[in-house]
Amino acid sequence: MAEYSLVGVFLGLQTAFTVHACMHNGITELVYFTYDSLGILLLITLNIVSIPAAIHSYIYIENHKENPQTRAIYLSSFVLLLMAISAGYLSNHIAVTWIFTEITTLAASALIYHHRNKLALEGTWKYVFICAISITFIFIGILFLSLSLQHAGSDDLSFKNLLSKSDQLNPIWLRMAFLFIFTGFTAKLGLVPMFTAGIDAKDTAPAPAGALLASVLMNLGFVGIFRFYVIIANTPLLHWAQLVVGSAAFLSLFVATVYMMKVKNIKRMLAYSGIEHMGIVMLGIAAGGIGYYAAILHIILHAFVKSSLFFQFNQLYRVFQNKSIYHVGNYFKYNPTGAIVLLLGFISTTAMPPSGLFVSEFLIFKSLFDVGQIVLLIAVLLLLTMIIWSFGKNIFKVLFVPAVGFDDSNVEKISPWESVSQFVLLAAAVYLGLNPPAIFVQLLQESVSLLPL
Amino acid sequence: MIHVLLITFIITLFYMAIANRLMTYIKVLALQGVLLFFVVFIQLSEINTLNLVLILLETIVFKSLAVPFFLGYLLKRNNITREAEPFLPNFVSLVITTFIVVITILISNTIKDDKLDKIFFVVALSTLFFGLYLIATRRKIITHVMGYMVIENGVFVLSLAIGNEMPMLVNLGIMLDIFASVLILGIFLNKIGDVFKDVDVDQLSNLKDY
Repeated sequence: MAEYSLVGVFLGLQTAFTVHACMHNGITELVYFTYDSLGILLLITLNIVSIPAAIHSYIYIENHKENPQTRAIYLSSFVLLLMAISAGYLSNHIAVTWIFTEITTLAASALIYHHRNKLALEGTWKYVFICAISITFIFIGILFLSLSLQHAGSDDLSFKNLLSKSDQLNPIWLRMAFLFIFTGFTAKLGLVPMFTAGIDAKDTAPAPAGALLASVLMNLGFVGIFRFYVIIANTPLLHWAQLVVGSAAFLSLFVATVYMMKVKNIKRMLAYSGIEHMGIVMLGIAAGGIGYYAAILHIILHAFVKSSLFFQFNQLYRVFQNKSIYHVGNYFKYNPTGAIVLLLGFISTTAMPPSGLFVSEFLIFKSLFDVGQIVLLIAVLLLLTMIIWSFGKNIFKVLFVPAVGFDDSNVEKISPWESVSQFVLLAAAVYLGLNPPAIFVQLLQESVSLLPL
Repeated sequence: MIHVLLITFIITLFYMAIANRLMTYIKVLALQGVLLFFVVFIQLSEINTLNLVLILLETIVFKSLAVPFFLGYLLKRNNITREAEPFLPNFVSLVITTFIVVITILISNTIKDDKLDKIFFVVALSTLFFGLYLIATRRKIITHVMGYMVIENGVFVLSLAIGNEMPMLVNLGIMLDIFASVLILGIFLNKIGDVFKDVDVDQLSNLKDY
């Protein structure tokens, strides 16, 4: 029990830290950490997601009767991952963000390798290798950025200094820096070209850890790209950067559609849906205008919805003991509460009203419309229709169609209380999307205030 | 002098492209570490002595002794066969490596910057792309690790180009080097060798979408 109470203490401290950050908006502490609006918003998101993640981890570990060693490794890397992500959100220096991104790789790899079998090893190896290459890419980008900064006669790589010197940066090196840093962070964000590692990781990690990888860790990748994008958006390279980000985003949507059509593993289907959402977010960033605001709203709501679906997946797995769509079915009969979560989660993820994601996606489409990208918008809508169709086909199979040859004589009964946190997360996504509190809107607007409209 | 060393570094890449045995790869990696040792010694004349000693120790102890020794130990321990088993014939490898070097030279000619010694840029970028090429065209997982080490050496060369102005970045590069190598080699040493015998990438294809 001692280790669970330690995790409880950590969550308490994390909450206290979040409150501290909220009360010190705009203050810099320990030189390298600034509590700015974007950091605070994502920190609150992390805090809200981490508490149910800890509860579900407890249920997971107790159900699997883990031995003390694997339990200790799981819980300590869980804590390390959350700490590294929080520090990464708040850091105001590109090298510090990079260091904490490295540490998340370490912590995440321990979580992915939790089951210690062949598949887990394969997933871990792929994740570690791709992430190692991508952090090297980010480092090369930082080197190019420092070359670019030397023309401005400065060697301070903090975002603030970069922004104030943005008109003197050498454009050639800045381009190279953006390409490398963007490519590097896509491994965490889950965007073309480095998305593959994240899919395997979310598939093999235990579902509560997979929920963190699919929500708050993706947000860290977003922070890395977004903070640098703010700098490049204030230089004449804005249009070029929009082109790069926009094409990567569209390609991600396309890739997500292709995989969603053929995927039969439910967990991987959820992971590919994450790729789709990050594609939409980056489209919003590329389009600009209201798209900036909508993109940040979208990643926050997506973190709530996707993590609740991952938590629910664990209950689904306990009923059917299988990830494949062929061996899963008629979920309403075995666990009605969980089935309702799955149904509501499906409605939320595919951005149907009243889901909060509907609002953010609508605003992103509006921003695309505003900049006159009608052809792109139509293509995106077509791809999204295909995604909704294939997602819905699979989810309704899980919910209503009986699985062939499934022996339901000793199915585990799941207590409805375990689903409460998932309902809370889904409800939070609806509430924040449809009726955002004034302070939330203000923080969102502050976090995009440095971008040119 | 520094140019001679860096050009020798490029030549080691060509040698690596046509090498057949894994032991040769390891020896080339050790040689690259020694070359980098001398480059650091000549190039970083302006930074303080303690930092210089640290960087020199990293190149000689880590890059040219510890990592090659470790890789050799892995080869023995996991009974990995000595051939590198490339997907492409050596001649094609050589041609592609030449292409990589020529293209990076062409790229560097388009850049007008008096603050950067171009040869560092050419060496770093061609080493990076060569490392990626090595990863893509060799069958064994351990050659992927070696390809990654080559990439790290390339990044190290690039960080040396601006090392006098920003020694912090060289130190960060060293941190990346040690962190990533320990993580990757740690997994390789402890786990993959035990689970998959004589590992090649074909065995790592069980994670599927269906």
